[in-house]
Amino acid sequence: MKSILPVLTVIAAVLLIWVVAVVPMNVHLTADQAQRDGALVMPDTPIARKEVSGFVLALKNPHLVPLTYFGKRPNLPSPHQVAAEMFNTIFGKKITSKRSLVYHGWVTLAPTLLGFVIGTFLGVLLAVGIVFSRVMDKSVMPWAIVSQTIPILALAPMIIVVLGAAGVHGVLPKSVIAAYLSFFPVVVGMVKGLRSPDHMQLDLLRTYSTNNNQGFWKLRLPSSTPYLFASLKIGISASLIGTIVAELPTGAKAGFGARMLVGDQYGQPILSWAALFAAALTAAALVGIISLIERGTLRKMGMKLA
Amino acid sequence: MMYVIAGFAIWALGWLLNVYLANGKLSDHWAMNIGIPLIFGLTILLVWECFVIGFEVNPVFLPRPSDIIVRMANEVPRLWADFFQTIIKGALTGYIIGGLAAFAIAVLADRSEFLTRGVLPVGSFMAALPIVGIAPIFVKWFGSDWESKAAVVAVMVFFPILVNAVAGLRDTTSMQRDLMRTYGAGYWPTLFKLRIPAAMPFIFNGLKIATTLALIGAIVAEFFGSPTVGMGFRISTSFGQLALDMVWAEIVIAAIAGSAFYGIVTLIEKGVTFWHPSQR
Repeated sequence: MKSILPVLTVIAAVLLIWVVAVVPMNVHLTADQAQRDGALVMPDTPIARKEVSGFVLALKNPHLVPLTYFGKRPNLPSPHQVAAEMFNTIFGKKITSKRSLVYHGWVTLAPTLLGFVIGTFLGVLLAVGIVFSRVMDKSVMPWAIVSQTIPILALAPMIIVVLGAAGVHGVLPKSVIAAYLSFFPVVVGMVKGLRSPDHMQLDLLRTYSTNNNQGFWKLRLPSSTPYLFASLKIGISASLIGTIVAELPTGAKAGFGARMLVGDQYGQPILSWAALFAAALTAAALVGIISLIERGTLRKMGMKLA
Repeated sequence: MMYVIAGFAIWALGWLLNVYLANGKLSDHWAMNIGIPLIFGLTILLVWECFVIGFEVNPVFLPRPSDIIVRMANEVPRLWADFFQTIIKGALTGYIIGGLAAFAIAVLADRSEFLTRGVLPVGSFMAALPIVGIAPIFVKWFGSDWESKAAVVAVMVFFPILVNAVAGLRDTTSMQRDLMRTYGAGYWPTLFKLRIPAAMPFIFNGLKIATTLALIGAIVAEFFGSPTVGMGFRISTSFGQLALDMVWAEIVIAAIAGSAFYGIVTLIEKGVTFWHPSQR
């Protein structure tokens, strides 16, 4: 609780930098427009204006400064423009409308969640296999670790197109990527978690003459819970990022990624920025939900939050 | 048909060999720790090769590993140019800029407890966001050459490094700080002799996370505009020409570059944080 004030201060500082940066970023565009509308602008040709920096131009033409905040196609939209666009497209439109961010959000969220569930499930399975089979541990685990250093995410668009050519459409191709990206963090985290009980605890179970199976359900699985949640938080944000990247350059018609690209291509930067922030809010909400579940689960199990 | 059977045979053989090696006496020897995963990887490649031939898979979906290797051998100059454009100019420049900026901000924020408490949650929040989404915007701002890629990479690597650096700079005990005070050390000597070295394990943790992000950022940003060279450019254009072997060749390069980048950072970490328990 006591970090609320510092957090707000940092956010306020970032917003302030943003608001200040809007002026030099947009002043050239604004100057061109203002001149066409008949206003007096100091270096009076666009070429001469190109020579001076944004700050200088803004200082020479203070009357342009307010206008930079209301450009229709700004280089850098001001925060209030983005906020207004977000409010309009989230609350102002019917959620079935193609212009509603809620609709686009769902298009992105559905494959993310499906892929996340699949990836987590498979990841836990593989982790159990690795912990119980020496062969799997020796042959698969090094690759699981190496695969974390490979920029697979960059290939997401290709995977979509290949699957599309193979006749797989709809939610599934994007889920494959989301699943892949959440898979390895879960594997690595779960292996660590399932191995976290120490010798004392394992020996204690042996004195109770438990078998491997009971040891798994009564000791290994419960003690892996904190590790599982840590990986889930990494996995869900990786899944969301994967889905968005998959939507970006593939000509997808809906979803946050498509929205960002459309805004960029049709000269509506405010649209891109609104989609970007909506995606950020979604990511935050997903991680937040998992943190809540984590807190509740660990408390019920009598563990402390890691 | 022959190839399908051969595929299954190789699969069984590789599996049995690994079962034998992993349960054998020497299974904890260092050579086994490398050999077993290598056999696993090789088995997959061979099975892949056999199945693609045996099931007559269209090379547009999945080329044969041998095709990819031949293609890589034939296209060395072009692959090198792409590597240089994307990894060295784009990813590495951005990585260094982002890392230095994050470190500088971390040292500044560290001067006040108030700022630290604000920067940590905001930074870790930002680190989980889909920052790659800024790629189209940055390509528009900075042009389509490597500058825009470096900018995207710099922003992407900034937050993980920042969070780890801030957390690391806090990681000294009051005993250690008091000892420095008894030596009459001021802020700067304490920073350079105690707090920065103590923060190094954390900082390297952030640097390692950032290596993969840097490559992703540099490649993805090229999808939105690039000169006619670069790994992302090559992946998307080769894909358009259905030259999947070239796409895979770039994927292999990206994988090798990613692992090498990570490996180098890990090596430097070993040298810098030799005193840390995890390195001894």
